[in-house]
Amino acid sequence: MTGSIEMAATARGDQRGVAVRLDGLRRRFGAVQALDGLDLDLAPGELVALLGPSGCGKTTALRVLAGLEETDSGRVLVDGRDITTTPANRRDMGMVFQAYSLFPHLTAQENVEFGLRLRKRAAGERRRRAAEMLELVGIGAHAGRYPHQLSGGQQQRVALARALAIEPQVLLLDEPLSALDAKVRVQLRDEIRRIQVEVGTTTLFVTHDQEEALAVADRVGVMRDGRLEQVGPPADIYLRPATPFVADFVGLSNRLPGRVVTGAVEVLGSRLPLVDPVGAPKDAADVTALVRPEAVDVAADPDGTGRVLAVSFLGPTSRVTVELPDDVLVVAQVASARLAELASGTAVRVELHPVPTALA
Amino acid sequence: MAGLATGGLPPRRQGLMRRRARRQRAFRWVVVTVLGVFFLLPLLAMLEFTTRGAGGRLSFDTWRLLFDWGRLRATYPDLSVGITDSAGLVVLTVLLMLVLLVPTVIWVRLRLPRLRRVVEFICLLPLTIPAIVLVVGLAPVYAWVTYFLGGSSLTLTFAYTILVLPYAYRAIDAGLSSIDVRTLAEAARGLGAGWGTVMWRVVLPNIRSAVMSAAFLTVALVLGEFTIASLLNRSNLQVAINLLGKSSAGMSVAVSLAALVLAFVLLMLLSLVGGRRRGIPKENNS
Amino acid sequence: MAAVVTRPAEPASDNRGRLSRVLTRGRSLLGVVPFFAFVAVFLAVPTLEVTIGAFTGDDGQPTLSNVGALMNGYIVDAFISSILLSAVTAVLGAVFGALLAYVLVTAKEGGLLRRVVTAASGVLAQFGGVTLAFAFMATIGLPGFVTLFLRDNFGINIYSGGVWLYEMPGLVLVYTYFQIPLMVIVFLPALDGVRPQWREATESLGGSTWQYWRRVAGPLLAPAFLGSTLLLFANAFSAYATAAALVSQGSPIVPLQIRSALTSEVVLGQQNLGKAMALGMVVVVAVVMWLYALLQRRTAKWLG
Ligand SMILES: Nc1ncnc2c1ncn2[C@@H]1O[C@H](COP(=O)(O)OP(=O)(O)O)[C@@H](O)[C@H]1O
Ligand SMILES: [Mg+2]
Repeated sequence: MTGSIEMAATARGDQRGVAVRLDGLRRRFGAVQALDGLDLDLAPGELVALLGPSGCGKTTALRVLAGLEETDSGRVLVDGRDITTTPANRRDMGMVFQAYSLFPHLTAQENVEFGLRLRKRAAGERRRRAAEMLELVGIGAHAGRYPHQLSGGQQQRVALARALAIEPQVLLLDEPLSALDAKVRVQLRDEIRRIQVEVGTTTLFVTHDQEEALAVADRVGVMRDGRLEQVGPPADIYLRPATPFVADFVGLSNRLPGRVVTGAVEVLGSRLPLVDPVGAPKDAADVTALVRPEAVDVAADPDGTGRVLAVSFLGPTSRVTVELPDDVLVVAQVASARLAELASGTAVRVELHPVPTALA
Repeated sequence: MAGLATGGLPPRRQGLMRRRARRQRAFRWVVVTVLGVFFLLPLLAMLEFTTRGAGGRLSFDTWRLLFDWGRLRATYPDLSVGITDSAGLVVLTVLLMLVLLVPTVIWVRLRLPRLRRVVEFICLLPLTIPAIVLVVGLAPVYAWVTYFLGGSSLTLTFAYTILVLPYAYRAIDAGLSSIDVRTLAEAARGLGAGWGTVMWRVVLPNIRSAVMSAAFLTVALVLGEFTIASLLNRSNLQVAINLLGKSSAGMSVAVSLAALVLAFVLLMLLSLVGGRRRGIPKENNS
Repeated sequence: MAAVVTRPAEPASDNRGRLSRVLTRGRSLLGVVPFFAFVAVFLAVPTLEVTIGAFTGDDGQPTLSNVGALMNGYIVDAFISSILLSAVTAVLGAVFGALLAYVLVTAKEGGLLRRVVTAASGVLAQFGGVTLAFAFMATIGLPGFVTLFLRDNFGINIYSGGVWLYEMPGLVLVYTYFQIPLMVIVFLPALDGVRPQWREATESLGGSTWQYWRRVAGPLLAPAFLGSTLLLFANAFSAYATAAALVSQGSPIVPLQIRSALTSEVVLGQQNLGKAMALGMVVVVAVVMWLYALLQRRTAKWLG
């Protein structure tokens, strides 16, 4: 495994990744504006996840970067060079598709060798490199198998090895995990991250699964209708969503009635700072605040105004749904150890942590 | 920014993929045109041939005669007999095929899964036995058929049912594969249905379009069959056309064209029926 | 039938349960009796009739003389002609049919072109026979449309070297006319199985269009193409009607030889010679179809 690092390092000197810039990309399909002025920068070696609902243009953006789709306007720059008009086969980008992308007539090993064969590398080097890559993605033992003899997760590992074998400038992953079972998905997700850090290739990872995006990425870009709503580190996206759309799409949110009070919002008697105090409505305006379940605390209290409606057990933590007066429902996340005191029907008191809050 | 970028683009910018698409379109046109001429020319020639009047003028006499059943029967008795025989054979063969094949295939799926391979093998066997070979072996069998049922051309329906087995089987089998017969049957049995009800009221409605396509294919095949009818000395449409060709070429060509068009319309209908079935999402789309 | 009930398996020691299971199974088998009876009479008996007849003399004694007679010059010639005719039209049909099928898969899905061509292919491939023979007589027969058109407008006589429509060249032409549509029908599913991701993966790995065809699409489609060509071969080899309607002089191919053996009542021993030839045909077709099935299995694995 260390071998591959050395190889990547010797191949590119000390530069382990290149900068990528998408600049004002637009693309229209008939009546659909798939990309509507998309700007995105990727630092060398960075893994950026593009996150958004289905149909928002993530795949189109990735395909434009790969050269598989043309833009109506805008530029693609890699390492400062404009490659907007470079055909896909001269772009040097490794690509992993959602599924079914392995060549069915080649073994795993031959699939990984494929790109090197096209580059006319010597047979010995090809074989060594392919074996190394298969080892890196953890299926060296299945090198001789054909795709139909591999599970979905194993196939995606081979696809990743194939993409990395050519030492691409940029690695592109288009929902590589969405055809897999939940458990394999989590496992492979973490491994993709480990491998990406190890080889240091600049990577664009497209997904509609917010948990996945937050888990793997250095930075997450949330897309909506062909443009970016917010780009930032996962923690920022999660804790300080810039727009209601982001707050809504990333993580589960309570929508609670509140009132603006000088740069903050008052919700259920607590004062919460605003994510965006400048853009907030004027004081005393009635608003809807988006409050994460983790920011809600419940405690059993015979005098409390709330009543536990339902409890769902999620493992170490659990979700408790509380009914408040005026038909307000709040979902809180609590440690499962505390469930004993929060049985259904218990009277409870609800408090909110003062974390930055977005308004709907 | 974006506006600026568009303005400053080199002209080849939009080109690459669009150029490839254009090249592919040109290739498509060449292939479609060349093959289109090859395939349409004989059909047009048939039309021209059958509308050729005396002195090089246009004449629709042949077609008028073809669609005037009374006169046709008087003028070409053999042809009218062939047409009626083929019509009868179409109906009988579709019925016999359905009665024989549909319950058997469903029954094997439900109750005798181990026989499935055997039934499939038997149904596909006629593909490896050319009609000309089958007719050699059928001669003595048909001596018995004539003994019991008489020498009517309609008895050809037995041989034709064998001929359509592979096509009908494939259609029905594909229909059954696209639904989960076992679960359907188990669900129905759980609700108290007998096997008869399961087959007739539960499975059959779900493979209706497959049964339709089996029937359409049977119709086309029976209308086009010549070998067996001719060598067993029975009459049908194709035998009549062939016979007529020796005396009245114009009429035989007209009937040929009409039969081709009829078969085309049938298969077009079939593709519409099949097209509706394709509307169901495939399982690997997830 | 409605009375038949399957019980959940009882403990193995329960003899009554076992007995009732055997009974149930026996009654299940009743359901397939009509089918098997029918194919026994109309498929198995004729097949046996041909097979046994091929090895039986006129006196009813077993003999190898019928099969030996297949080595007669004129029968060997007929087999060679049949095989040549089938091979040539299979290759022509496969090449042009594959091109047409490719055009169809690159056309809009569910579009009119694809629908019309598929339906028309179904008609021309299966319906064929006599009808097509007459179509070509109307086109390039002596009084045919094209023949007259070329003669009257360009002074070209397509039959300056003899009337070839009713001989082997004519058979090649008409057979190709139904082989191309058959190729479209059997090759289309394989082409449909080629995923766009493979082309895009090739491109992103640095491959050109040529490399894609040579290293990915070519090898992937080769078994399907070869298998389809074999199927076309079997199809042409089995065909009878077109030739019967077109050829009036002699019997250049095996099916026509069989016809003359069947219909000539003058020469004794011809009946069983016909059966020997029929058996020969079955052997050829069976071998070809077996190879086809082998290739088909591979295609199903790759492009299914
Ligand atoms: N080749 C195409 N032709 C027509 N419409 C397309 C094409 N590719 C994408 N679209 C449309 O563009 C929009 C964005 O698609 P896509 O980028 O695939 O979304 P995502 O990957 O985020 O789900 C969708 O509405 C989709 O229907
Ligand atoms: Mg997508």
